[in-house]
Amino acid sequence: MELTELIIKGILIVVLFGVTLLIAMYSTWAERKVAGFIQDRFGPNRAGPGGIFQPLADAGKMFFKEDFIPSQANKWLFILGPCLAILTALMSSAVIPFGESIRYEDLLIPVQGVEINIGILYVFGVVSLGVYGLMVGGWASNNKFSLLGAIRAASQNISYEIGFGLSIIAILMMTGSLSIRAIVEQQHGFAWNLFNQPLGFIIFLTCAFAECNRTPFDLPECETELVGGYHTEYSSMKLGFYLFAEYINMFVSSAIIASLYFGGYNYPGMDWVRETLTGSLGAATGHNLATLVGTIVLFGKIFFFIFFFMWVRWTLPRFRYDQLMNLGWKTFIPLSILNVVVTGFGLLYDVKYASWAIVIVMVIMAMVSSARAPKPAVQPQRT
Amino acid sequence: MKPTEILFYALTAITLLSASFVVTARNPIHSVLALILTFFCLSGHYILLNAQFLAAVNIIVYAGAIMVLFLFVIMFLNMKTEDEESKTTITKLAAVVVGGVLLVVMVAVFRAASMATYNPSTYSAKVGLVENLGLVLYRDYLLPFELASVLLLVAMVGAVMLGKREPGDRHF
Repeated sequence: MELTELIIKGILIVVLFGVTLLIAMYSTWAERKVAGFIQDRFGPNRAGPGGIFQPLADAGKMFFKEDFIPSQANKWLFILGPCLAILTALMSSAVIPFGESIRYEDLLIPVQGVEINIGILYVFGVVSLGVYGLMVGGWASNNKFSLLGAIRAASQNISYEIGFGLSIIAILMMTGSLSIRAIVEQQHGFAWNLFNQPLGFIIFLTCAFAECNRTPFDLPECETELVGGYHTEYSSMKLGFYLFAEYINMFVSSAIIASLYFGGYNYPGMDWVRETLTGSLGAATGHNLATLVGTIVLFGKIFFFIFFFMWVRWTLPRFRYDQLMNLGWKTFIPLSILNVVVTGFGLLYDVKYASWAIVIVMVIMAMVSSARAPKPAVQPQRT
Repeated sequence: MKPTEILFYALTAITLLSASFVVTARNPIHSVLALILTFFCLSGHYILLNAQFLAAVNIIVYAGAIMVLFLFVIMFLNMKTEDEESKTTITKLAAVVVGGVLLVVMVAVFRAASMATYNPSTYSAKVGLVENLGLVLYRDYLLPFELASVLLLVAMVGAVMLGKREPGDRHF
């Protein structure tokens, strides 16, 4: 590898890392703003215009609080827990393609941390490790509520990982590659996987909610039952790491959803934009600008999904734990296996939109069952 | 020394250290965490051999699923105090005998086994990548592969059968 290529790659990795942290930081502010909007109040508006410096103030507060370790806790594991959580959260964005390629003289450098041919499996591996941070931290706190939260988190993550993995298999069958870049490149223009895999998308999205421990799946930190969940005993920046890891996970899963199902950096009319830009500004500048437009489009999709995560959080109530387990094991796993089988038939007989059949059947079944359900008798209002 | 050799020796040292810590650790949780570290080192060895798929699957299956369940059970049982009742003289003796027999068997096998040598002119560096692995599994070793999957299915059905609540069972 040449030195210039290495330097550009290094700058790129540092920038992607910084952007990940920045977005995670401002997600906390956006979360409170969205909550304020949905609940018809202002949200943070004191620190800076529109509360824009609120994340900095929060970080300052986190750093200067007392860093407390319970006397009966296992000290090293207590420290290891939040470190593992944030480490695994930061690792997973390495393989996501954030844009096509940067052209420098004759070099074409992909806008991606590292391109490996098993990208999606790497993401899986890292996601499945994320649970250790919660489990180790919860156990090391030496607190019953923390332990219960940790055990809930572990069982929830393991259960939803299966649905998560099976829903991607249909995409892998259609693409024939495990590399995220190859999956994104196949959705060139407007041929997004969403149109072929609607069911897989819904399953994947829901499992991503569960993997991030976001409402309606935030039972590991269910306040009414568990005080604070696995991070009950944590304070200061250790707590901050846990909360920050959640927001980084949210960003990364939004990026993966956008890449797998919403075409990543592809958008309709991208070829026209590229030709016009390279025609009017020269090969190198035009190419880089077209890449930048694609990256901006990808970030638009990512921001939409981050907003969606927040929207759902402030709209839906929490599940009960048995409902959560039933949904994961008895609904998503059979449905995603069915999706794999139907996609296989579709590939065999060259029917591209086979997966829609399941969705249509499901919608009809839901309509029939709701029509046949006994209607609640209308109670006359007492005056 | 080449960088890969340095990596190899460093990884091997960490692997052996963490593997021996698995056996010697007093706290079961530390033991499990050391075992997870051992699996990571093994994945590192796979990556050094350019078998990325195997490395990722090793992490997903062993570190990501099986060890989580180990940790889960140990946390639930909360085994802090040492259980001396199960360590009678006869079990210790049996463990020593079994371990010794295993050592003898392995030494005998490794003495008899011939190391496969490789030819740099015909060797393809891509042999461990997922495409080649898939071709080999589904073309040359289709029957053993399918039989292994049936075996896994049987194990799964057995687990469901054992865990199933029968009428008259106590509700927890």
